[in-house]
Formats: sequence, C-alpha cells, structure tokens
Amino acid sequence: MDFFSSFWPWYVTGPLIGLYVPVLYLLVNRHFGVSSTFRDICAAFIRPTARYFQYDWKAHRWRLVFVAGIAFGGFLASGTLKTAPQGHVSAQTLSVLASLGVRDFSSLVPADLFSWRSLLTLRGIMLIAGGGFLVGFGTRYAEGCTSGHSIHGIATFQRASLIATLCFFIGGLISTYFILPLILQL
Amino acid sequence: MTYFIVALLGMFFGITLTNGEVISWFRIQEMFRFDSFHMYGVIGSAIAVGALSMVLLRKLGVRSMKGEPIVIETKQLEKGTVFGGIIFGVGWALTGACPGPLYALAGCGYPAFFAALLCAIGGALVYGIIRDKLPH
Repeated sequence: MDFFSSFWPWYVTGPLIGLYVPVLYLLVNRHFGVSSTFRDICAAFIRPTARYFQYDWKAHRWRLVFVAGIAFGGFLASGTLKTAPQGHVSAQTLSVLASLGVRDFSSLVPADLFSWRSLLTLRGIMLIAGGGFLVGFGTRYAEGCTSGHSIHGIATFQRASLIATLCFFIGGLISTYFILPLILQL
Repeated sequence: MTYFIVALLGMFFGITLTNGEVISWFRIQEMFRFDSFHMYGVIGSAIAVGALSMVLLRKLGVRSMKGEPIVIETKQLEKGTVFGGIIFGVGWALTGACPGPLYALAGCGYPAFFAALLCAIGGALVYGIIRDKLPH
C-alpha cells in the first residue's frame, strides 16, 4: 500500500499520535506514556531490591505489551519503507552536521555514528550508551518523557508537564550546541 | 482481548513513529536547531488532538471500556521534573530518540539502538537505586 510505503507529513503523524491519549484512557483507563516501561522491565526481569522497584508491575503489564508492539511496528515499517525516498530534512541542518563530522546521510540515522562497530569507539559509546543511559535516568527522574509529559501532560493541561517539556528542550539545546560537537570530534 | 488491542495499538504506534520520521536522528537535530517545522508540527498537532479529544470525552461523560469513569492521571511538579527533564533532554539530542522511538528503532533492526535501549533500562535501574540520595 502506498500509504505505508511512504513517509508521512506532520499533519498525519501528529494527530495519529494525539489520539493515543483518549484511546488509552478508553481502553485501559491509563495515561499514554512509554518511559515507565523502563522501570517495569527492571522490576520484572532484573528484580532489584531497591524500594523504587517494589510495586505491582503486573498491574501495568499492558504497557509492556504496548512497547513490544512498538518494536514490532518499527520492524514492519522498516520493511515497507526500504525503498521510500527520504523526507526532506532541512539542508541547513545537514550542512551543519556535515561540518561537525557526520558522513552518512543515507538512512534515518547516521550509520557512521550508530552501528555495532561504533560501539567500539569512544564517540559511539558516548552517543549510544551515554545518550541511552541519560534518556532512561532522566525520564524516570522527571517521571515522564515526550509521550507522558509533552503530549499527555500538556494535552490535559498540567503545569508540571509544561515545565518538564521546557526542561527537555533546555537539555536538548545544551546537548545539541555544546555537547554533541565535542563528542563528534572524538 | 484488551492485550490484543493494546499490542495492535503499539504496533501501529511503532509504524507511525517510523513513517512519520519521528525516529529520525536528523529530524530531532533539525528540531533542536530550529531549522524545520516538521517535529513542532508533529508534537503540536498531537497535543491539540489529545487535548480536544480529552475535553470532548469529559463533556460527553464517556466512561472507559471497563465502565469506570475516566480519571486523568496527574503529574506532580518536583525538583526532579526540572533536573530529570534536563538530563533526559541531553540524552534525547545525543541518541535522537526519546523512549517510544528507542523501542521502534530497536525493532527496525538498528543494533546500536538495541544497545541504547538496554542502556536506557540501565539508566532507570541506576535511578531507582540512588533515588533516595537525589533531590526531589
């Protein structure tokens, strides 16, 4: 199908994502959020003794089913999108990234930075392991991520979520303008 | 049955994140460099549709499928909202992926993102262990 084998404009993607807020309340009466599953996975599979992990994760099993679905959806979409032309990422961004040392622009992620082999380089470890660690640590500390805070939280008019989203952006800007250029030089 | 629908919804969410280029490292860079409207359009219209439909559900007094009244879960404003938010933001710009896209990218078959996902789970683990020592 053409629809699934092409990239979608923001006005298709955004509203579809927004619908998850009411749909998940209707279905399981819970809020839309993804990062809480990091905690669930720790509690279910690693079983740490810390108090933070002593809770009934089984009551939130639906979230684990949901994220397993996300991974499977990514798998399906990566198949249908193989031959699709890339969306038009801003030429300005691409030229800045090229000047910072990014070389591979052929995929949705720069393969020269995000590959198995790059995990053996300091640069790769900082981006992949360091970045991943901060995403997990930060979202749990802030009690939410882009889905739970920025979309669900702001859509339900919560001040904490608006502040959280501003902080996500402050962190992202510091990272983009000051930290990423240093890492790319490694 | 509920789990089956949730799995389908998750699957479609993964497809949406991928087809919508939300999983694109370049799109996230473009957003933080203010070079394109794409990601602002995605997040902004998601919030608008989410807000409108929640207002509508409340106005109509709709109940959940289990027959319970819909109770919006609230988020508390704490020091962690700020500190954790900034820490997450730094990681978001490095990996180019927030938690949903991390799962989708791992499923797309990028092994590096499977590693990033494991490290995110590790981040949550470390947070849980040192939680009592952090300002909240």
